[in-house]
Amino acid sequence: MLKILRTRFKQGCKTMLFPKAPAPTLPSRYRGRPVIAGLSGSVDLGKISFNPDSDMAYSNDYQMAVSKREDLVLSQEREIVLARALNDKMLKIFGRSLKLRQVSAGGCNACELDINVLNTPVFDLSRFGIQFVASPRHADGIVVTGPITKNMREALLKTYEATPDPKIVIAIGGCAISGGIFSDSPQVSKGLDTIIPVDLYIPGCPPHPLTILDGLLRLLDRLK
Amino acid sequence: MELFNGGQIPLSNIPTLSLDEFRKQILNRCHDEARLMNLFGVLEANGKVRLLAILGLDEDAELEIFSTLISPESPQYESMTKDLLQAHLFEREIAEQWAITPVGHPWLKPLRYHSNYRSVSADIWQGIANKTIPGEYPFYAVGGEEVHEVGVGPVHAGIIEPGHFRFQCHGEEILHLEIQLGYQHRGIEPLMAGADLRRSMLLSESIAGDTAIGHSTAFCEVVESLTGCAISPRAQAIRAVALELERLANHVGDLGALGMDAGFLPTSGYFGRMRGDYLNLLLSLTGNRFGKGLCRPGGVLFDIDTAMADDFCHKLKRYRQEFQDVSDLLFTRPSVLARFEGVGIIDLKDAKRIGLVGPAGRASQLECDIRSSYSSGMWQFHHVPISLAATGDVYARALVRRQEVIRSLEFLLKVLPSLPTGEIHVRPGAFKPDTLAVSMVEGWRGEIMHVGISDAQGGFARYKIKDPSFHNWFGLAFACRGQEISDFPLCNKSFNLSYCGHDL
Repeated sequence: MLKILRTRFKQGCKTMLFPKAPAPTLPSRYRGRPVIAGLSGSVDLGKISFNPDSDMAYSNDYQMAVSKREDLVLSQEREIVLARALNDKMLKIFGRSLKLRQVSAGGCNACELDINVLNTPVFDLSRFGIQFVASPRHADGIVVTGPITKNMREALLKTYEATPDPKIVIAIGGCAISGGIFSDSPQVSKGLDTIIPVDLYIPGCPPHPLTILDGLLRLLDRLK
Repeated sequence: MELFNGGQIPLSNIPTLSLDEFRKQILNRCHDEARLMNLFGVLEANGKVRLLAILGLDEDAELEIFSTLISPESPQYESMTKDLLQAHLFEREIAEQWAITPVGHPWLKPLRYHSNYRSVSADIWQGIANKTIPGEYPFYAVGGEEVHEVGVGPVHAGIIEPGHFRFQCHGEEILHLEIQLGYQHRGIEPLMAGADLRRSMLLSESIAGDTAIGHSTAFCEVVESLTGCAISPRAQAIRAVALELERLANHVGDLGALGMDAGFLPTSGYFGRMRGDYLNLLLSLTGNRFGKGLCRPGGVLFDIDTAMADDFCHKLKRYRQEFQDVSDLLFTRPSVLARFEGVGIIDLKDAKRIGLVGPAGRASQLECDIRSSYSSGMWQFHHVPISLAATGDVYARALVRRQEVIRSLEFLLKVLPSLPTGEIHVRPGAFKPDTLAVSMVEGWRGEIMHVGISDAQGGFARYKIKDPSFHNWFGLAFACRGQEISDFPLCNKSFNLSYCGHDL
C-alpha cells in the first residue's frame, strides 16, 4: 500500500490545463492544418494523408474539425470554418453529458489508439462529461474510424440503428471521411457520409488527440 | 535456394519443384530445424499459379525459397496442414486468394471474405464476396446439455478493432475458442501491386498504424533491395531509433492494459500516460505520433541533430526511472501475479507447432528475434540480447515485454549520442525486372515479412505482406483452451494482436 502511495505521489497530476489555459505547443515538425497561402488550387483535408513528401506545407495548428464535408476543402478563397456547436435543443440534451460508442470499420488502429489516448490522465476526457461506452444502446452517438470495409458495413449499420434518437455521428480520420488512402479499393466505401449522415468531421492520419478533443468540445459549445 | 534478410533473387533462379516434392520438402525441413515463414501464390502470365514457400533457419540466419506450379485445369494440391499446423492459415489464404483447394485441409474456411484474385468465377466458397461474416460462417460447435456458446464482436466493448470470437463453454471453462477475422479487409495487397511507388509507400504505413515504422521499414527495404540502393548507416540508425520508440510505446501500453485487465488500476493509468511520452518523441522526430512519414525508399526524411539527440537521451533517462518504478509496482503485487501466473499457457512444443513469433514466442522460450537472428541494417552493429521467458503464460508474456523495454532503452541511450554519419536520403534507381526481394523486421509484435516481386516493366507484379499476427492469432485461441472465460481479456491483452495486420 505504501508503495502504491509513494508511486502515486511521485507521478503527480499530469492532466493538461487546456481548455482553461492554451493548449500545449506541438513540435515544429508536427504536420497540422496545411498552409493555404501560396497554394494553387484547393486541398481537401478529408482526403490527404498529411505526408511530409507532398507538395504542401503544414502549419502546427491542430484545429481542423468541421461540421460540413465541404468545409474541409480549403483554398485561397475558402478559409476553414471550424465545427459549429449543436443546436440549442441538442445542446440541452447532450451539452453536459455525451456518451459515445466507437466503431472501427477498417481502421489501421492509429485513429482508434489516439481516441483511446483521450481517456489517459493527460487528457482526462471524463472531466468534460464525455465518455465512451460499451453498448450503442447506452450511447448518444457513434464515432466511426476506418474506410468502412464491405465486411464491416452491416455491423456499422446495426450499431447505428441500435443507438437511440436523437443521435450524433462523428467521422474520425481521413479513411472514415473519404476512404482515404484506401478509397481506390473495391473493398471499402468512399466515406461514412455516403452511408449515414455525419455531424462532425475530424481529419488527420490519424488526427492528433488534441484535434479530436477540440472537435468534441466545439460540438458541445465548450470552446469559444 | 538460399536467401538472406534484405536479399533478392532473380525469379528464374527460384527452384520449381513438382507438387509432390514441394510438399515433401516443406514437411521434411519443418520437422527438422526450419519453420514456415511464408507460403503464398503468384499468378503467372500463362494462368498458372506459382506457390512460393519461404522457410527460415533461425540458427543460421538463412532463408530457403522454392516453388511449385499449379495449373488452372487442376486447381488443387494435397494439404500440408494435417502434418504441419504452421501451414493452416497460409493454406486458407491461398484457397481464398487463388481458388486453389488444399485437399484434406481439416478446417477449410474463408479468411477475409473476398473473391479470388485469379479472376475465375469459381470461388471455393460461392458468392463469398457478398456474405456477412458471422451469419455465414460455420463455427465449430460443441454439443451437450450443459454446453453454452458465447459470441463476441465484431463491435467490441472498448475502442478496438473488429473481430468475432465464438466461445464454446462448459460453465466458466472454455472448451474451444474460434476467432473469425476479416472485418478489416481493405484489399491492401492488390492495391500495393497496382499503385505507384509513392502511394504504395503510404499504404505500407497504414497496414497496421500501430506498427507504421515496422511495416514501412520492411517496405523500404524491399524497394531498396529491388533497386540495389544502399542507404547510409545514419539512415539505418534513425530507422532503428524509430523502431525502438514504436516498440517502447506499445510494450509500455500493453503492460498498462494487462494491469487494467488484472484489476490493478494505478499502473494502467501511469503506463497509459508513459506510452504517450514515447509517441511524443516519435512526433518530435517524424511529425506524426505513429512515425508515419519517416521511412522512404533510400533512407529517411527526418534527421536527428545533436540538440534533439541530447533532448531524447535526457528524457529517456527520466522515462527509464519512471518505468522501473511503475513496473516494480506491477510485478510485485501479489494480486496481479496471482492473475498473471499459470494463465493461458503455451509450452515450447506447442509454440513451435503453431509457429509463434515475437514476444509471444519468446515467452515460450522460442529463441528468435529478427534483430539478432536475421540481423540487417543497424542491428548488425548493435547486438540486442533476445529476451526469453520459460513459463509461456500471461506472466511470461508480460515479463518479456518488461525486459524488452529495458533493453530498447539501453539501445537508444547507446545509439543516440553517437549516430553514424552520412546522407539521410539517397534516391533509389529503377527496379531490376523479374526479381523477388524479401525483407524482415522485428516489429513490436514480432516477425514482419514483406516480399516484393517486380515485373518486366519495373513495377510490382505481386506484393505479399505478412504481419506477425498472422502466425499468432491461433496461439491466442489455443492459449484460451481450458481457461476460465473471465481470463480471456487477460490472455487477449497478453498477445495484443493486430486485426488489420491480419486482414490486410
